[in-house]
Amino acid sequence: MPPASWRRFFAIAAFAAAIAAVVLLNHRVTESAAAWDPIRLREVAHASGIDFVHQPATLDPKVANVAPHIAALGACVSIADVNNDNWPDLYFTTSRFGAANALYLNQHDGTFRDVAAQAGVALLNRAGEGVSMGAVWGDYDNDGLEDLLVYKWGYLQLFHNLGNLRFADVTPQSGLRRWMNSNGAVWFDFDRDGLLDLYLTGYFRSDIDFWHLRTTRIMQSSWEFAANGGKNLLFRNLGNGRFEDVTDAMGVGSTRWTLAAAAADFNDDGWPDLYLANDYGPEELFLNRAGKRFDLARAGLEDDSKSGMAVAVGDVFNRGRYDVFVTNISERGFLFQGNNLRINLLKELGRFNEIATGAVADAGWAWGAQFGDLNNDGWLDLVVVNGFISADSGRDYWYAMSKVAGAQGNIFEDAKNWPPIGTASLSGYERSRVLLNRSREGPGGGFVDVAEEAGVTDRLDGRGVAMADLFNVGTLDVVIANEKGRALLYRNAPHSGHWVELKLIGTRSNRSAIGAEVTAEFGGARQRQVVDGGMGFCSQNDRRLHFGLGNSPLGRVTIRWPSGTVQTLDGLAADRRHEITEPQK
Amino acid sequence: MKDPKYLIVFLITLVLVVGEARYSILGGYDRLATTLGVCLATEIVLSWWLRGRVANLASAYITGISLALLIKPQANILWPFALGAFLAITSKYVLTYRGRHLWNPSNFAIALLVLVAADSVAILSHQWGNDLRINLVIWAFGLAVASRARVLHVTLTYVACFLGLALIRNAIVGGPLLAELAPITGPMYQLFVFFMVTDPRTTVSTRRGRMLVVGLVAVVESLIRLAGDFQVPLLRPLYVSPPLLALAIVGPIAMWWDLFRQARKR
Repeated sequence: MPPASWRRFFAIAAFAAAIAAVVLLNHRVTESAAAWDPIRLREVAHASGIDFVHQPATLDPKVANVAPHIAALGACVSIADVNNDNWPDLYFTTSRFGAANALYLNQHDGTFRDVAAQAGVALLNRAGEGVSMGAVWGDYDNDGLEDLLVYKWGYLQLFHNLGNLRFADVTPQSGLRRWMNSNGAVWFDFDRDGLLDLYLTGYFRSDIDFWHLRTTRIMQSSWEFAANGGKNLLFRNLGNGRFEDVTDAMGVGSTRWTLAAAAADFNDDGWPDLYLANDYGPEELFLNRAGKRFDLARAGLEDDSKSGMAVAVGDVFNRGRYDVFVTNISERGFLFQGNNLRINLLKELGRFNEIATGAVADAGWAWGAQFGDLNNDGWLDLVVVNGFISADSGRDYWYAMSKVAGAQGNIFEDAKNWPPIGTASLSGYERSRVLLNRSREGPGGGFVDVAEEAGVTDRLDGRGVAMADLFNVGTLDVVIANEKGRALLYRNAPHSGHWVELKLIGTRSNRSAIGAEVTAEFGGARQRQVVDGGMGFCSQNDRRLHFGLGNSPLGRVTIRWPSGTVQTLDGLAADRRHEITEPQK
Repeated sequence: MKDPKYLIVFLITLVLVVGEARYSILGGYDRLATTLGVCLATEIVLSWWLRGRVANLASAYITGISLALLIKPQANILWPFALGAFLAITSKYVLTYRGRHLWNPSNFAIALLVLVAADSVAILSHQWGNDLRINLVIWAFGLAVASRARVLHVTLTYVACFLGLALIRNAIVGGPLLAELAPITGPMYQLFVFFMVTDPRTTVSTRRGRMLVVGLVAVVESLIRLAGDFQVPLLRPLYVSPPLLALAIVGPIAMWWDLFRQARKR
């Protein structure tokens, strides 16, 4: 053995080397994106005639100390072709009494025009009725026109599309006049009877009226395992314009502070399942048992409790499976929950595997997210919007919140025990992320953040994000609804890769074809997408599906309609939009 | 059990088992395996390398469990557990004065990680379910064990100081009193008051001295908290975890002074 002094020297050297390793490993290397066709987005909202600014709700003064925290929701965007002109339109919600929601009609020339007032879907934020938190489009009566469900902190509202850019409020006769504090909804046909059913998420309890509070005990009972939120509700469409509450019979009445839900057939049994992102708790997957009931699955989700904000569903590695991305919170020094990218291994292992690292995991206080192939290279990219409260940048609420966050549940369940937030920021001024999927470079290619190179530099408090080929040019554009901020429209530049877009029209299935699954084969890959009836956080993509194909020709396209019909299409032309009607048999 | 160390081993194992069974507090058994494995291996190697004999591993076990419970890194990365464990144990052999180590090992490692690697590491703050019943079980066992280990006076002095200083902070910053009292009901404090401030190897030699030191820790913690309330930007790295960083500041100074004073007496 060396002398004692040398042995001690070696120990000190190893100690110093370990500290150096900590410093080096902590230093994040910014990866450069060597994409074969970079993503190029340009913010054109104002130039396109979109000047929508979200306004937050004003709440009962009893919770004034945390009002900016509680009321930091409601900026949402949903996309649908409301007048069947084959050009996607946009609906934005705002959340202050008297403020108007907006329905931007696509003018086919790169601009939009707000027609919400004449359509009758503008002034929904009224005392006694509540304020808008988001909306989803779906043709609930199969008349060929997309109808509108607005979920609120207040009474739900269902609008029937009359076909002349006019909408009728049919809430009372629909059976949907319920007071909820809801921040999410999805249309889906859970029993495959050809009629769109409706799943609504409850955030705060439904007995809470934020303008006439009877108690300040309204907050979560646990920061990690809270189950004292609003009850989620499932309404079955009876087909006569009425809906029936079947929540308890179907077993989907979670009270876990659900912020977002998405429906897709995750276990490939032909029935649409429900995936929930829960704040203050673990995610939940409810597997649909042939439309008779739902079972809460043990799929590797139950032990991983975070602050789920959004659910985006996408076939990340072109395996013909639905993987899941759920946004969460990361804040330097205080909290690293990290976003979840869960790879669907339900068939093999009966579970999802969480693989998020680096830029995918840490996007700040992340909210809305959507998958979409932004550069037509044949791989789904990911857009994530971030930031909770951007106020006084010199004041930060994280420390004050950490006092109660670690406490015993009874303390922070009562809003009056929370330190006053005042004008402080809370994970404010965070930038959006554009995560380029580099899987074409081989296994382990992963995602790299290219937001700045792509031209996405905003630092507004993003909530809802949705994608659509708004200008019918074969590229996906990105629309972002910002809390207390202006809406953004990022227009995509043309890309060299091939593409195909499919608009599906159900006949035996619901006419919106929500829940229809399309598998496109190209270049040895097969990518699966689902027509969504609400996805991300308080948002909905255009139900027209967009596939980037890269340099490959389009091979077979297989459609599995919600009715169960499987349709195979060979020889569809690439670089075009196709309208596919469900075969009668 | 004559050696109080084994009582502490029992208590931290209880915290681990209850926390994992009820709340999956670890976030993955690879984390536990890494910290425990590195702590034990480092203790074995360094004690043999520097002292010629393998040390009792109870202390390394406590450190390993504490780190596995307290470190909450970004995106499932494992290196903070491995390097944190290595630094914690190595600090016992490297950062010494008159043959005694100055920092509680896990306190040193966590303080270093949150100060130097804040982009990668946070610490346990609220992943304990916030459940009063579980907290009461841990507090009951903790107080019993602290009593048997003859360190109850340290725990109680700290708690009393925390409560008194919370009242003073509340008078200064305003807002709900419960917001100032709330932190001590959380999980991090259970680990702090039963495993860190009471560590017999890094506390001063006299009963009165230990009470004074722990009072000073509470005072420094309160100053850090006030810096948080008044948003002193320079001190932001400290107010992510006031008690742990207060101990990391006060603890070694007190130890050094105590050892220095004892040497002068001789």
